Amino acid sequence: MSKTFQHLVSTAVPIAIENIDTDQIIPARFLKATTRDGFGENLFRDWRYESNNEPKKDFVLNNPIYKGEILVAGKNFGCGSSREHAAWAIGDYGFKVVISSFFADIFKNNALNNFILPIQVTDEFLDKIFSAIEKDPAAKLEVDLEKQTLKIAATGEEARFDINPYKKTCLINGYDDIDYLLSLRKEIESYEASREFNF
Amino acid sequence: MGKTLFDKIWDSHVVVSKAGFPDAVYINTHFIHEVTSPQAFDGLRKRGIPVFRTAKTRATADHNVPTIDQHLPIKEALSRKQVEMLTTNTKEFGVELYGLGHPYQGIVHVIGPELGITLPGMTIVCGDSHTSTHGAFGAIAFGIGTSEVEQVLATQCILQYRPKRMKIEVNGKLKKGVVSKDIILYIISKISASGATGYFVEYAGEAIRSLSMEARMTICNMSIEMGARGGLIAPDETTFEYIKGREFAPKGAEWDKALAYWKTLYTDADATFDEVLTFDAADIEPMITYGTNPGMGIGVTQHIPTLESMEEKEKPSFKKSLDYMGLEPGAGLLGKKVDYVFIGSCTNSRIEDLRMVADFVKGKKKADDVVVWIVPGSKQVEAQAKKEGIDKIFEAAGFSLRQPGCSACLGMNEDKVPAGMYCISTSNRNFEGRQGPNARTFLASPLSAAAAAITGKVTDVRELV
Repeated sequence: MSKTFQHLVSTAVPIAIENIDTDQIIPARFLKATTRDGFGENLFRDWRYESNNEPKKDFVLNNPIYKGEILVAGKNFGCGSSREHAAWAIGDYGFKVVISSFFADIFKNNALNNFILPIQVTDEFLDKIFSAIEKDPAAKLEVDLEKQTLKIAATGEEARFDINPYKKTCLINGYDDIDYLLSLRKEIESYEASREFNF
Repeated sequence: MGKTLFDKIWDSHVVVSKAGFPDAVYINTHFIHEVTSPQAFDGLRKRGIPVFRTAKTRATADHNVPTIDQHLPIKEALSRKQVEMLTTNTKEFGVELYGLGHPYQGIVHVIGPELGITLPGMTIVCGDSHTSTHGAFGAIAFGIGTSEVEQVLATQCILQYRPKRMKIEVNGKLKKGVVSKDIILYIISKISASGATGYFVEYAGEAIRSLSMEARMTICNMSIEMGARGGLIAPDETTFEYIKGREFAPKGAEWDKALAYWKTLYTDADATFDEVLTFDAADIEPMITYGTNPGMGIGVTQHIPTLESMEEKEKPSFKKSLDYMGLEPGAGLLGKKVDYVFIGSCTNSRIEDLRMVADFVKGKKKADDVVVWIVPGSKQVEAQAKKEGIDKIFEAAGFSLRQPGCSACLGMNEDKVPAGMYCISTSNRNFEGRQGPNARTFLASPLSAAAAAITGKVTDVRELV
């Protein structure tokens, strides 16, 4: 998994389903690993494989015409369990960007903490992306984090997306939250000294 | 301008607030378990740093543990490894563990409150989305990912942007046969699985106020199922009464001082919320879900929405969901055959839940072809149930009282519902495959689940109470 993110031009993999929960992204029975690696193998496991481990032909990840480093999904992506394994699985599979019209909060944080960029667009723009890919699976999307823009290369249509400035800096420079928090040690200790109770 | 309860607690925990940065928020209690902590401990090791405040972290093993023969080694190798790793990690880093066999072991969100670790005014996190449960005490409690678990272990702080505030008021009185689980399933069915995303919810109103602490925990527990960061309820006499005398609760003069502070924890009359929703308890009937997210719920006598009532864009997901469930749009659920009944999980596995089920089933027998699993939330709940003879009532009804853990809520251990089978479950999620590959889940209250156990089908419990 890359430790920075700035700019990406890639084709995209579309899953036009809403409310994709983290149990679909990585089912609980695959949460038993004690490292962060290898979860990509089981990304969307039960949508991707039959119970006898045969790939399901109609699932998009098994369709060779769709590939790329961008996952495009219906609204409320990543709801449910807080398992960061969902972000690890998406990253390990090779996605660097997830686009949806709405993200669940915890998933969004987990993705950012793993240098995967969640891009929230309007429902209308999401539809445009889905149709562009439907028309041409080789359609490219262009992500510019510095400018906070997402462009559909074929049509030139562009959307601006939000990201908080702190996380943007972290992604561009490869910083993580712990580095920052560790630098606050003095402040943390003086906060503790100021409190009578642990609540 | 007054403050909401949420803001009072948040403000008193901000260590550093810098423009352009998320707030560094101090965490009073950090719960950890075997599934989402190994990679965090590994991170500390790689950085060569210790757990910053060991006494503010408590560990238990719950997600993976078997619910029978807990005295034997865990059979499943990967589960065993995770549970063992929790033991070595907590030992190496000096964190207290209530592991398998410990009298305090249990589901992390059950043991925190029952041990008096969870207190009003606290900030509480855990690598589990149902951490919102602890909000029932008037605490800011929310689930986090493993990178954040590592942050909290390393610094006792977390970086967070202040969420928006929502008030959900439930006025009036509940009708017979309707319990707290029905309230929260009702709310989620009205506002959808993403209806509170970006918000922290405060629950208020007569129907909430009149609930016991355990019933309040059920409400707060499922806040995440509507996308909320968490949910809380202002502490009151019910709260203080529950906490007093518990193992780790303040005692003596400390108690008096704590109580004086806790009494300041309420939303000021002139405080404003970003969003206010109001419901009437009298409108709520026993609830059941028909789909594959907790927002897909209906009153037990109602019908599944028709395809025509859906917006065009929602149709593919709705159809996929009903195909998975083997149900037809527009159909009713009453009388639908049930194969499994699961009473347990951090939503409904406390002693009151077990008492409610025992009261209902006393003298009744389960339907022949239904498997009934009752999984207590903790060793203490299990012991209490046995002390009260609840285990005997279950035995006579043909139920099995198992040992504590997360169990069939997420099927990480052996407790999986077989493919294609229907399970009426008191847990919190009906996602595809949640209770086992291709298992089908109906979420409901412990009372409705108990009724289905007796009749073998989806039942309106009001006809039996």
